Amino acid sequence: MPGADETQRIAADARRALDICNACQFCGGYCAVFRALKARRQVSAADLAFLSNLCHNCRSCYHACQYAPPHAFDLNLPKSLSLVRQQTYRDHVWPPWFRGRLPCAGWPAVAVMVAIALSALMLVGLPALILIPPDLLFGRHLGPGAFYRLVPWEAIAGGAGALTLWSLLAVGFSVASFWHSMGPMPAGAALLPALRDALYDAASLRNLGGGGAGCNDRDERFSRSRRRFHHALFYGVVLCFAATAVATVYDHALAWQAPYPVLSLPVLLGGLGGTGILVGTMGLARLKLRADPGPLAPSLTASDCALLALLFLVAVSGLGLLALRETAAMGPLLLVHLGLVLGWFATLPYSKFLHAPFRFAALLRAAMERRHRAPQVGRGQGKSGRGSSGA
Amino acid sequence: MTRVSCDCDVLVVGGGNAALCAAIAARRAGASVLLLEAAPKALRGGNARHSRNMRIMHDAPTAWVRGCYPAEDYHADLRRVAEAADEGLTGLFVDASAGVVDWLSGNGVRFHGGTDEVLPYSRKTAFFLGGGKALVNALYATAERLGVAIRYDSTVHAMHLRDGSRAVTVGTPPVTIRARALVVASGGFQADRDWMRRQWGGVADCFTIRGTPHATGIPLKALLEEGAEPVGAADRCHMVAVDGRSPPFDGGIVTRLDGIVHGIVVDRDGWRFADEGAVVGSRRYTAWGELVAGCPGAVAFSIFDGVIGERFRPSIFPVVRADSIGALASTLGIAPPALEATVAAFNAAITDGGATVGLHPPKTQLAVPIALPPFGAYPVRVGVTSTCLGVRVDGRARVLRKDGMEVEGVYAAGVVMAPNILGSGYLAGSAMTVGAVFGRIAGREAAVHARR
Ligand SMILES: Cc1cc2nc3c(=O)[nH]c(=O)nc-3n(C[C@H](O)[C@H](O)[C@H](O)COP(=O)(O)OP(=O)(O)OC[C@H]3O[C@@H](n4cnc5c(N)ncnc54)[C@H](O)[C@@H]3O)c2cc1C
Ligand code: SF4
Ligand code: SF4
Repeated sequence: MPGADETQRIAADARRALDICNACQFCGGYCAVFRALKARRQVSAADLAFLSNLCHNCRSCYHACQYAPPHAFDLNLPKSLSLVRQQTYRDHVWPPWFRGRLPCAGWPAVAVMVAIALSALMLVGLPALILIPPDLLFGRHLGPGAFYRLVPWEAIAGGAGALTLWSLLAVGFSVASFWHSMGPMPAGAALLPALRDALYDAASLRNLGGGGAGCNDRDERFSRSRRRFHHALFYGVVLCFAATAVATVYDHALAWQAPYPVLSLPVLLGGLGGTGILVGTMGLARLKLRADPGPLAPSLTASDCALLALLFLVAVSGLGLLALRETAAMGPLLLVHLGLVLGWFATLPYSKFLHAPFRFAALLRAAMERRHRAPQVGRGQGKSGRGSSGA
Repeated sequence: MTRVSCDCDVLVVGGGNAALCAAIAARRAGASVLLLEAAPKALRGGNARHSRNMRIMHDAPTAWVRGCYPAEDYHADLRRVAEAADEGLTGLFVDASAGVVDWLSGNGVRFHGGTDEVLPYSRKTAFFLGGGKALVNALYATAERLGVAIRYDSTVHAMHLRDGSRAVTVGTPPVTIRARALVVASGGFQADRDWMRRQWGGVADCFTIRGTPHATGIPLKALLEEGAEPVGAADRCHMVAVDGRSPPFDGGIVTRLDGIVHGIVVDRDGWRFADEGAVVGSRRYTAWGELVAGCPGAVAFSIFDGVIGERFRPSIFPVVRADSIGALASTLGIAPPALEATVAAFNAAITDGGATVGLHPPKTQLAVPIALPPFGAYPVRVGVTSTCLGVRVDGRARVLRKDGMEVEGVYAAGVVMAPNILGSGYLAGSAMTVGAVFGRIAGREAAVHARR
C-alpha cells in the first residue's frame, strides 16, 4: 500500500513530466493527452486524474522523447501516468471505507484480486459439492435443461444477480466519484455530440494508433498488435455479453432452455467471443511481458496480467464446457466456469477492469473540452503560443 | 600503436540528420557504408533529436504543408538572414527542398498531416510526427535495414586527408579506418568550450548548449587545417534565451524562456539594458539570446509581477518569488536598491498606450507596471543552438579549398556546410532542410566517387 509520501512523489513526478511535455508538445500528434494538456497552463490534481486516464499507454511518446532516460530530465510520461492512473482506481473505489486501504500495485494487489475471485469460486463450488450428489455431478446430462439439473436456475440467477448488482453499483459509484474528481466540466459543452465522439474513440481505440503508423508496442518499431489484441478482447467480452443476453431472452421469453445447439445464436456468439478473449488476453500478456521495459512500471505488470489471466480462464472454461458438455466432465466444468465468471464479476470494482469505464469518462471529458474549444480553433492563440515553432 | 581497419566505400562521420540522409543515400546508390556516431545509442542523432520541423518550398498545398511557399518567398526569407550566401547553391537548395519530405517519408519518417489542427498554422514548414527523435529513430531503422554499418560511441579524433588519402582515427585504443569517400556531417563546434572561449571570451563559459555535447567540431577543424575554405563566421552563433537553470547540454526546446517580453529584463547589476517590447513575435527568443550574451557574465533576469506572470506559460523550472522587489533582488543576488530604482523608474514612465516615455532604454510595447505582489523572476542565460562556421562546398557537396579545388573524395553535409546557404544567420526550419538536401547529395556523390 503506498504511503502518503509515495502518493505525493508519484503525483509530483507526473506533474513535472506533464509540465515539460506542455512546453515541448512534440508528441502532439500521437494522442489526445497532448491536446488536452496544451489547453492548460498548469496541471492541477484534477488534471492529473483526467490526463492519466486519457493515456492509453501506447508508449509512442516515450520512444520519441528526447528527454527519456538517460537524459538529465529523466522523463517517462507513460510510466508516470500509469502510476497515477493506478492510484485513481483506488482513490475512488467503493465503498469509500476501502479507499486508501487497498493496495494499488504489485503482488498485494494481485493477492486481493485472487482472493476475491477464489471466494466467488468457493461460493459456487462448496455448496454445489455439498448439495449435489456425486453421481449427478459426474454424470452425463443431455438435452434442454441439462445445466439446471445440476445447478438450479434460481441459484444461478439469484447468486449471480446479487453479486453482479453489487459489482455494477460499486463500479458506478467509483466512476461517478472519478468523474467529479476531474474538476468542473467546461460550461455549456454539448454532451450528446461529445458522447458520440467518445464512443467512437473508445470503440476504435483511435488513440492507440500513434497518429497513423501504429504504436511502440514492443520497442522503437511501430506495430498495431496491441490495438488488435485489445480489440479482440474488448469485442470478445461484448460478444459474450450478447450471448448471455440472447440466452436470457430464449429462456424467459421463449422457454427454450440451455444448452443450445452448436448452430444457435448464443453458442455462436459465445464461441466467437470466447475465442476473441483467448486471443486478446494471450496477445496482450505476451506483449506486456516482452515489451521494452523502459516505459513500463514493473509494479503494475503483475496486477495487469492477473486480470488478463482471470479473463483467459473464464474463456477457456467456457469453451471447454462447450466442447465437453456431452461428457461426464460437464458437471465440474460448469461449476468452474460459473465460479470464474462470478469471480470476474466480483473483482470488477477492485481490479484493473476499472480502466475501461475511467478511460471512457476521460475520453468523454476530452471530447467535451474539444467541442467546447472548437469555435476558437483557427483564430490563432496569439503570438506567444509556446512551442509553436521549431528551433 | 594504431591499427588500420577495414576499408569501406563511404565513411560517414556524424550521426545526426545530415549524416543519416547521407548514409541512406550512399547505401541506396550501391556503396558499402559505415557511419560513425560519437554519441551512445540512447543519445544518438545530434541536434536533430531536438528539432521539430523543416522548411520546404512548395507551389501548392501538399499532404503535409498548407498553402504554398514559392521559391521566390524562400529566397527572400533567406536573403534577409544571409546576405553573403552563395547564390548558386541557394538556388539548388531551395529547388531541392521541395523533394525532401517525400524522400524522408520514403525512408520511414512520418510527418503531421498539413491540416492537423494540433499544430500552429504554417505554410512554410512540415512537422515531424513525434518530433526530431522520432525522425532520428526512423532514419536509423532504415539505414540498418539497408545494411549501413553503424557504430555508436565512436568519436573521430583525427582525419587523415594528406595526399589524397581518406582515413579517420576512432576510439581508444585508436583504430584507423580508410574509406574510398568520406562524408563529414559532424555539426558545429558549440560543445567545445575552449574553441568557444577563443571566439567569445570568458562569457562562453556561461553559455548553455541546447543540443548534443558531441558537437565539438573535431572534423570541422581537421578540414580547415587541410586547407578547406571557411564560410560563415567563427564568432557567430545561433542562440536563444533559456532558463538559467537549464542543464549544460541537451536541454532542447523546453528550456526556452517564454514571456520575458511581458515584464522587464535586468542584468545582474539590476539595470535594464534593452527594449523588451522591440521584438514580440517568434523571433523574440533569438533576439534575447544575443542581448543576454552581451551582458556581464552573460546572465540576466526576467522580472514580472503577479498579474504579468499570468500572461505567459511558466518556465519548466520553479519561479523565484518574493513579496517585495527588494526581497526578490536579494534572492537573485542583485543589490536591492538598484532593482527597486529600476522598477520604480520603469513604472513611472509608463503611459496609457502600453509604452514608456523618457526612459532609457524604452519599452515600446506591452509595458505595464510591475506593482502587484507576489513578484516573480527567472534567471536568463544564453542557449546556443549551433555555431556558424563551416567549409565551402560546391553543388555536389564536395569540400573546396581556398584555391577552388576540391578535397578529393571528401564531402560535407549539414551544419558543417550550412553557412554556404545561411551565412552567419539562421532561418527557422531551414537547418534540417540543409541537412537533408545536402546529406542526400553528399551520400549519392560519395557513392559515385567510391565506386568509380
Ligand atoms: C533545441 C533545438 C531545436 C531545433 N529545432 C530545429 C527545427 O525545428 N528545425 C530545424 O530546421 N532545425 C532545428 N534545429 C537545428 C537542427 O537540429 C540542426 O541544424 C541539425 O540537426 C543539424 O544537423 P547535423 O546533422 O548537421 O548536425 P548535428 O545534429 O549537430 O549532428 C552532429 C552529429 O555528429 C556527431 N559528431 C560530432 N563530432 C563527431 C566526431 N568527432 N566523431 C563522430 N561523430 C561526431 C554528433 O554526435 C552528432 O550525431 C534545432 C536545434 C536545437 C538544438
Ligand atoms: S518529446 Fe518528450 S517532452 Fe516532448 S512531448 Fe514528447 S514525451 Fe513530452
Ligand atoms: S503513452 Fe501514448 S497514449 Fe499515453 S501519453 Fe504517450 S502517446 Fe499518449
